[in-house]
Amino acid sequence: MELNEKKFNKEVLECEKPVLVDFWAPWCGPCKMLLPIIEDLEKDYKGKDIKIFKVNIDENPQIATKFHIMSIPTILIFEKGKVKKQLVGLQTKEALKKVIDKII
Amino acid sequence: MYDIIVVGGGPAGLSSAIYGGRRMLKTLVLAKNIGGQAAIAKNVENYPGIDSITGLDLVLKMKEQAEKFGAEIKFEEVVGIEKKDDKIIVKTNTAKYETKAAILSFGLTPRDLGVPGEKEYIGKGVSYCATCDAPFFKNKTVAVIGGGNSAIDAALVMSKIATKVYLVHRRDGFRAEDALVCQLRETKNIEPVLNSVAKEVKGGDFVEKLVVADVNDENKIRDLKVDGVFIEVGLLPKTEWVKDFLKIDENGQIAKDKKCATSVEGVFAAGDVSDAAYKQIIIAAGEGATAALAAHQYILKLAGKSIAESAPFDWGRCATTPKEKPNLY
Repeated sequence: MELNEKKFNKEVLECEKPVLVDFWAPWCGPCKMLLPIIEDLEKDYKGKDIKIFKVNIDENPQIATKFHIMSIPTILIFEKGKVKKQLVGLQTKEALKKVIDKII
Repeated sequence: MYDIIVVGGGPAGLSSAIYGGRRMLKTLVLAKNIGGQAAIAKNVENYPGIDSITGLDLVLKMKEQAEKFGAEIKFEEVVGIEKKDDKIIVKTNTAKYETKAAILSFGLTPRDLGVPGEKEYIGKGVSYCATCDAPFFKNKTVAVIGGGNSAIDAALVMSKIATKVYLVHRRDGFRAEDALVCQLRETKNIEPVLNSVAKEVKGGDFVEKLVVADVNDENKIRDLKVDGVFIEVGLLPKTEWVKDFLKIDENGQIAKDKKCATSVEGVFAAGDVSDAAYKQIIIAAGEGATAALAAHQYILKLAGKSIAESAPFDWGRCATTPKEKPNLY
């Protein structure tokens, strides 16, 4: 699901469950290659103890600045409002599953 | 048991999947992602019949087309391949699959620089994609490392956003296309740093400088004060995991014959990972088709059917989907 600045605090920082956020932009090829993988993960982890969101940094630059993002795609995994894990660049589905399974 | 397993989701692999599907072969594509290098291409203007399209849109169309013809696509990374009698076993990180034929088309992977600081500063100033990350370096100073087309393209992209761009290259001239080198000369805020190799990326929380050394004199060191380092030092075939399985040429590419057959019967190779003379989307797609047709012929031979039955043309397919198909082979 796509998130914006308004919803970010509530959905991510104040969330009880771990939250995975994929930061992307429409001009970024690898980001777009990652999107179908993220969508696959959303399906695979539906109802599980993790929430999965996407943030378009072109539309929400303040969030990218706040978390010092300098390269996209970047995936941040939040736990209790804090960044627990940062993954930069195109990831494989398996690598992401491994990271998620360790956390939940 | 699959008829064909395709390793790689770029133009070669997807084209194989289209041809496999149309031949009613049970086809699985195993890929880390869709498109590979082609997906990163900003604009493709040399694919016949298509005026201009982004690389990603082109490969997504290929993916849809492959799925339309019944190919299955899974996002899994292949880590091993072996052959037992006539059965080929393909291993991924999470599963094992059996197939009659395999097509290796996993393309090329960007080369790392291999210097201290490179990995530590990924996402903190080190980048492998100028078009992706350029906006983060507005009014900053950056270095681009490399001397080929992609390096010069990256420097030109960055020159429009950053205040200053150093272009670090180990030779005394650029081997990129003339048109790019010409644009480079006309761009005032790009400073070529020739005969120089990157030694280390340094900084605090983020990149602060790039240390470069003269290729002829290692003691001649220069510190470039930069906020970003863009690495564009070419691509390489990651074939170590198949080197004991089939023949690899002196450049690390998979060797194949004119029907895309490798040194192992039933295993084919197509596109950039193979010894294809030119690395182009149209050529990769063509090779993918060749490999799938050759794989089809091989599967017929395995089933004891006469090779003459597999005419070298693609007549399309009937309305039944592969799931419903009778066991043809």
